[in-house]
Amino acid sequence: MSLLEIKNLHATVAGREILKGIDLTINAGEVHAIMGPNGSGKSTLAQVLSGRDLYQVTAGEVVYDGKDLLEMSPEDRAREGIFMAFQYPVEIPGVSNLYFLKAALNAVRKHQGLSDLDAMDFLALVKERMALMEMDQSLLNRAVNTGFSGGEKKRNEIFQMAVLEPKLAILDETDSGLDIDALKIVANGVNALRSPARAMIVVTHYQRLLNYIVPDYVHVLAEGRIVKSGGKELALELEESGYVGLEGEAA
Amino acid sequence: MIEKIREEARRRFADVGFPTTHEEDWRFTSVAAISKLVAQALVPAAPALLPAQIPGVQISRLSESAVEPYLARYANYQTNPFVALNTANFADGLFIRIAKGAVVEEPIELIIQSAANGHPTVSHPRILVVAEPNSQATIVERYAGNGGAYLTNSVTEIVAADHAVIDHYKLQTESAHAFHVSTLQIQLGRDANFRSHSLAFGGALVRNDVNAVLSEGCECTLNGLYLVNGGQHIDNHTTIDHAKPHAASHELYKGILEGHSTAVFNGKILVRKDAQKTDAKQTNKNLVLSEDAVINTKPELQILADDVRCTHGATIGQLDKEAIFYLQSRGIGLADARDLLIYAFARDIVDRIKVASLRDQLEKLLLEKLHGTRP
Repeated sequence: MSLLEIKNLHATVAGREILKGIDLTINAGEVHAIMGPNGSGKSTLAQVLSGRDLYQVTAGEVVYDGKDLLEMSPEDRAREGIFMAFQYPVEIPGVSNLYFLKAALNAVRKHQGLSDLDAMDFLALVKERMALMEMDQSLLNRAVNTGFSGGEKKRNEIFQMAVLEPKLAILDETDSGLDIDALKIVANGVNALRSPARAMIVVTHYQRLLNYIVPDYVHVLAEGRIVKSGGKELALELEESGYVGLEGEAA
Repeated sequence: MIEKIREEARRRFADVGFPTTHEEDWRFTSVAAISKLVAQALVPAAPALLPAQIPGVQISRLSESAVEPYLARYANYQTNPFVALNTANFADGLFIRIAKGAVVEEPIELIIQSAANGHPTVSHPRILVVAEPNSQATIVERYAGNGGAYLTNSVTEIVAADHAVIDHYKLQTESAHAFHVSTLQIQLGRDANFRSHSLAFGGALVRNDVNAVLSEGCECTLNGLYLVNGGQHIDNHTTIDHAKPHAASHELYKGILEGHSTAVFNGKILVRKDAQKTDAKQTNKNLVLSEDAVINTKPELQILADDVRCTHGATIGQLDKEAIFYLQSRGIGLADARDLLIYAFARDIVDRIKVASLRDQLEKLLLEKLHGTRP
């Protein structure tokens, strides 16, 4: 059984159709890159999978781990192991990063029938994962993403992912706005989390990220449909030729 | 002497009566219901004031002659009818004197418990605090009630001499049908440091006046947190009088409104002509959780000096939907996400509370009240 099966997915925002029939199957252990020009629907797909209510699904189905994903609340999706790294992580003044992570991890654990992690074990876990992301520990006591630089925010996303250990990670343009050093740190973190039990969807506009997070499959999205799928070499082709020719194929 | 003042206050109240909404200071707060209750109240109940004995602190009744240089010199019974009513009627107030140079670590706890069983009652708690030069103390006033309709009309005067450092906390958790009117009048000496924390949860109709008069080099902080739901109405009026140069004031009032509650914030800052180098900052932030709640917020700056820094700002907002989704996307349930964000909104006020027991109680009160009203 596949971990994620998307069939003929259509979605609209404010009455405008963005996704026009997406079909995609992802198995555990695979990394799929989704590329495409601005406005092609990449981020919409990521948001729909995470349960964002700005988008209305008008047709199609999504089966995740044998369950109807579209019926689940955003928090239940997260508790079932879906994690989206936001393109624009949200600042939450007044809530410390540490408290937030603890609340999140314990919510996920509770759903899995596990007890809360005790304070020492939690701190040990957090420190280990922070080291992976080369993050300063002072960020733990700061309010979530508040006053973080762009790079710190993106690292914080992957750090959260490392703590929550999802089954399906969706990285929504995690590379945007990162310089090469920050990109390498983020990619190292992501690569460390690759495992046979975990699948990843890497949404990106640029091929550059895929030099560091090497995907198993690459899909090109244009005008709300997947117009081409292939191996990692497809990303390199796109780098050469751009998206121009592909947009025509969708028509 | 006290009797003469009482007589003047009595006459003043007889002349002016209860304020009406035609008066600018009472525009958004009708006290008609209070006026009705006072007319019916048969037994003026003496408030229960239970201070502990603390070294360096002298606590006595207000009837003693030692209070004459201070009592009713600051809280103005000519301009505020409720102060006049209190001054004319207070039954047994407290006089708290903090000795010169005394550093009192333990908070001075004052519990003002009202009760109305069957008949409406009225009480006029009166507290006078005199902090002598270089003294330091923390005062906690806790107002609570045992149900029924009653009016608590309190006046607290605090006179902090030169270099005194005073932290004042007022936790108000009156009964659901209670009326609560209070005036906190603060007179600060040179280089005095004063912090007020007004924490308001209870009562059907609440009006708080906080007035501070600053001398040279003073630092005055007014913090406030109000959480109202159902049909509660709360009105916070503050006045900071920068009478002398080189004083700083920081004011932060935060409100959380649910149900069809209403709130008023009126923050007046007066910078007098010779109060050069004044640094005044006023902020009022409101989190409105329902469509039926109403907030009226108004800064009132009157600046007569020319070399000052005065800033003010007011915000009215809802919970951030993006933030709620972000929390949900990490597995935190919708209700918990809302609580977390509401608590986060209040947090900078909670964090400023140095009395640990009070801070813990406040956290509980916040969560209880939020949970009690969740649909």
